[in-house]
Amino acid sequence: MSSIDFSTTIGNAWFPAPTFTASGCASSGRELAQFFPLREMGGVVTKSVMSKPRNGRATPRMAETPSGMLNSIGLQGPGIDSFIANDVPYLVEQKARIIVSIAGETIEEYSTLARKLRSVSGISAIEVNISCPNVENRGLVFACDPDASRRVIDGVRKTIGGELAIIVKLSPDVTDLVSIARGVVDAGADGLALINTVLGMVINVDTMRPQLGGKTGGLSGPAIRPIAIRAVYQVHAALPNTPILGMGGIASGKDALEMILAGASGVSIGTASFGNPTAIMSIQSELKEMLINRGFTSLKQAVGFAHRVEATNNE
Amino acid sequence: MVVMMATINKNAQQILAPIISNKRVGQYHQIILNIGDMAAHCKPGNFVAIKVGGAQSAMVLRRAFAISRVSMSATLGGTMELIVAPYGQGSSWLCALPEGAVIDLVAPLGTAFGIPTEPVHVLLVGGGYGSAPLFGLAELLNARGCRVDMILGASTAAKIYAPMEGKRAVNSMRIVTEDGSTGTQGRVTDLIPALVADLDIAVVYSCGPMAMLAAITKITDDLDVVHQASVEESMACGIGICMTCVLPVKTDDGSTSMLRSCIDGPVMDGSKVQWDLVGKTL
Repeated sequence: MSSIDFSTTIGNAWFPAPTFTASGCASSGRELAQFFPLREMGGVVTKSVMSKPRNGRATPRMAETPSGMLNSIGLQGPGIDSFIANDVPYLVEQKARIIVSIAGETIEEYSTLARKLRSVSGISAIEVNISCPNVENRGLVFACDPDASRRVIDGVRKTIGGELAIIVKLSPDVTDLVSIARGVVDAGADGLALINTVLGMVINVDTMRPQLGGKTGGLSGPAIRPIAIRAVYQVHAALPNTPILGMGGIASGKDALEMILAGASGVSIGTASFGNPTAIMSIQSELKEMLINRGFTSLKQAVGFAHRVEATNNE
Repeated sequence: MVVMMATINKNAQQILAPIISNKRVGQYHQIILNIGDMAAHCKPGNFVAIKVGGAQSAMVLRRAFAISRVSMSATLGGTMELIVAPYGQGSSWLCALPEGAVIDLVAPLGTAFGIPTEPVHVLLVGGGYGSAPLFGLAELLNARGCRVDMILGASTAAKIYAPMEGKRAVNSMRIVTEDGSTGTQGRVTDLIPALVADLDIAVVYSCGPMAMLAAITKITDDLDVVHQASVEESMACGIGICMTCVLPVKTDDGSTSMLRSCIDGPVMDGSKVQWDLVGKTL
């Protein structure tokens, strides 16, 4: 078999493979380690952690939908101190590459989280999940507010200095994704994670009320893949030098290749792991084989390949 | 007296398992799968997560089923029995599969029923097809010298699951239906206080709808008896990564935490589950 340079970089973070968990779809990694060694994928993107422990939303928290599912977890988690004390050392011991996802309710909370993570060794990058309600601005989601998005990233960048790569996770539920992407890159983001779930709702026709305890939920799975591909394609066209971690319904090597061709430097796998605990491993090997079969000698050559302009005889 | 429940899926594996037989039993299907050596690791209370709908299916999530029982035989090797109600799209697909079809499953998952270290008297309470995993449990308890009595309840006679061979390990079996179509009219909880007292019961094991488990806990909380309940909450992954199947449970420090019913359950200490808070925001 011919070989390929399968590695990828986001900011100053290097990963041997372009395959990651999606935040919130792998807890903190321990549960998947039962099925494959965590070091064999590109990296673990942990569940978004906040300053304090959180219980999250009421159940039911999920509803299956055609080729997808809705979830409404509400960022249940142990809080940053317990996370740093318990979860990070486990991942380091497993020799996993770690991207820590953080979430806050205020601009200050994001900076506080970044400060606590700055001195933790073994972390490759920070994912800033800005799809959270901003309690200081009528609960308007940061990711839907260009100004608040920029200010969050500006605060995190100033706190963290140049040591850790910053990846900003954006919501597709906006009118102009490219302008929000450009804003956070200007504020210091090294990379972007696209896309977060799409807001949705299911109504139970027996109870005749919303099915989820939290009423609305995030739609994920193959149902949203074309939205994700479009989002990555548009943002890569506008910001070709910004690495993108592409996600949204990737369930096979073919789906991953589509995402890479659209402009992603790496892919995150979320909902597919719910249906198949070893999904990441099979997607990884299928993607590698498909790249080799198409004549690529490195992953980087394929990133954004769908954007190429063919020379024509008239030129 | 009751041993600690296991809390991690250290024996979980993903395998392809052929269906040996698939028979309709009343309102349910009895499905027997060839699972090979995995059978040695499955304990009563554990569950299995099955991929449904085939490769092109729009159903992206596995379906979780209690493992009814496992056995080892010289001719078939390790087998797993499931009792499935064809109510939803996924379970209907599974029940329609022919013998010889191969399914993708992950097992054994979750906690198992704790087995007493002494030969005490135990009461098993099942609601609807929630009784299925109790028969395998009854055999194990019986083999350990426990006296096993059972109460099965359902809304109506057709929803009682009580296989003939299941009764062998049981000292007595009482049937209760809400419409009185078989057994006594009423609910399982009507019989529990007197049975616990008369039979000197040390452990109550329960499996069935959440409302039944909550009602049993109300009774057992006032009695000197351990209650091990097998819970159910809608679940996306079954392996602890999605955080959807959580229940409010009182932890050792007295606070209440949202614990995953797939990892910290499905068998939980009934007295620790905050049944009144299920479906509420803490």
